Amino acid sequence: MKVVVFCKSVPDTETRVRLKDNRLDKSEIKYILNPYDEYAVEEAVRMKEGGKAEEVIAISMGPERAKEALRSALAIGADRGILIKDDALDGSDTYVTAKVLVKALEKDGLEYGMLLFGQQAIDGDTWHVPGQVAEMLGLPQTGSIIKLEVDPDGGKAVANRMVEGGEEVHEMALPCVVTCRKGLNEPRYPSLPNIMKAKKKPIQEYSVSDLGFSAEDVGKAGALTEVLSYALPPQKEAGKKVEGEPEEVAQALLQYLKEEIKVI
Amino acid sequence: MRFEFTEEQKMVRDMVRRFADDVLKPKAAEMDKECKIYPEIIKQLGELGLLGVYIPEEYGGAGMDVICYATAVEEISRGCASTGILVSAHTSLVVDPIYHYGTEEQKRKYLVPLAKGEKVAAHAMTEPGAGTDVVSISTTAKREGDYYILNGTKHFITNGAEAGIYLIFAMTDKEKRHKGMSAFIVERDTPGFSIGKLEHKLGIRATSTAELILENCKVPADNLLGEEGRGFYIAMDCYDGGRIGVAAQAVGIAQAAYEEAVEFAKTRIQFGQPIAKFQAIQFKLADMATMIEAARLLYLKAAWLKQEGKPYYQLSAMAKLFASEVAMDVTREAIQIHGGYGYTEDYSVERHYRDAKITEIYEGTSEAQRLTIARNLLKG
Repeated sequence: MKVVVFCKSVPDTETRVRLKDNRLDKSEIKYILNPYDEYAVEEAVRMKEGGKAEEVIAISMGPERAKEALRSALAIGADRGILIKDDALDGSDTYVTAKVLVKALEKDGLEYGMLLFGQQAIDGDTWHVPGQVAEMLGLPQTGSIIKLEVDPDGGKAVANRMVEGGEEVHEMALPCVVTCRKGLNEPRYPSLPNIMKAKKKPIQEYSVSDLGFSAEDVGKAGALTEVLSYALPPQKEAGKKVEGEPEEVAQALLQYLKEEIKVI
Repeated sequence: MRFEFTEEQKMVRDMVRRFADDVLKPKAAEMDKECKIYPEIIKQLGELGLLGVYIPEEYGGAGMDVICYATAVEEISRGCASTGILVSAHTSLVVDPIYHYGTEEQKRKYLVPLAKGEKVAAHAMTEPGAGTDVVSISTTAKREGDYYILNGTKHFITNGAEAGIYLIFAMTDKEKRHKGMSAFIVERDTPGFSIGKLEHKLGIRATSTAELILENCKVPADNLLGEEGRGFYIAMDCYDGGRIGVAAQAVGIAQAAYEEAVEFAKTRIQFGQPIAKFQAIQFKLADMATMIEAARLLYLKAAWLKQEGKPYYQLSAMAKLFASEVAMDVTREAIQIHGGYGYTEDYSVERHYRDAKITEIYEGTSEAQRLTIARNLLKG
């Protein structure tokens, strides 16, 4: 069974987010492999080490720097990479991203058994792409898992996900889509010999036209959503504390709900 | 000229930085108190390939370059200075000379397990009566058949307690002075070899500093490194490289102290505002950051020269001299910024200050570096 891990190059968590002309100022950003994707890569590599997978493929859509994210996945232990890179992709929304990724899988002729994602990317934080890819491919999916048992011969996977007050256990037929989060595993540090090996692993590149798309299908032109503006979240205000006798407190609270935030 | 890491160098730096943040930093204070580097840390260093960074893969190393090595030492030292010198002394002072001067057989037998991190190495030159003046060592090695018989006492030996393999310097012909010194690869369980007392030190307390006792220690003649009489030259070569490691260690210590000072200055409120708003503090931070950057560029240049196979002893002496003094200045100012808190064990800056001092002393004192640099620029 082949396992595909979807990787995204995102700003480091310690990056200071700055806006310039209503867009993210990318000039001083350091990029890393999306931390949630690391859990996905680690899980896929463990599947390979445990004899459950024969090949782990890391795939990414993004600019040249996305290669570094792929290289990180290869250093953890993925076997090869696929990068979809094209200037026309700039401005793509999650729908276009999912569409392009799906086409790239098809182009590559991959017979995959599982598709693994990080549950969210720490930059856009939309959580969209895994669900969109699953939908486009007509595959079962579950998200935010903390345990995964795969039975390639039996053609199924069992995943546990956290829900309030307990865990849900999902059994899915293969191929399927899962998204990964903290708690699933402890991603390893890529050792120096593995970083060296990663340099020699192939990364197949595709352009938009390689995948049979035209410029209008992708980027801003192909997007279904549009970002109107970015804003930093407002400063959190201090909470209100009402003191006094129970009757007074209740009265003050009622007045607050009615007059200030107008919910009753 | 490109002041930029390659992709591979960046990956090494990022990985080691993370390892240092997650694994070393949280344990550094404990290890300092307990005066030991935990065995599981040494095991992890080996598994990550950090004990043979620039040794070719065929000899068990990671096959990377000297810049990766030096950067790794900085990042490790930023997390724990004791662990930094374990890596540096192991690599620069033993692994490197065995790689350069060892026979194929010696490399297979000793270099491979060292570069893979299965064993730690220690370099033994210093004696109670011989520090900077290395030619005055009194340990002797006498050839008897297929063996050399070593007698003497070494002290202040870094990694002395953890090591499995030692590179020991002894006089094969005292008359010939520096041309009468030879280097021997000695296994820990060699008859006649034992470990004496461990020093209690001001700083880098987690790393062991041991006395080694050689009493008719019977070393196979095959374990002579290089030729008889080449020991002094091998040692001098080691120290040129070792200075890159110590410079990187000093920069790592300074960087750690600096980062903590910035964090403290931003959160400590006095006179109604964070002390970082005061120019007196800002100027200190600006000076610290500038000195650290300059020291880092010096050791990186020395590492680059070594990697390129160009003469680098002048640069490595400058890097070591400058970086060690920067480490002292930066850690002192980091305590100053912390005020009374910095003088307590509740903050790490006191440890950084204690750790920094040794970088002005070992692998050539600052005075010895100045001599080397001056002699070199005045010669000819």
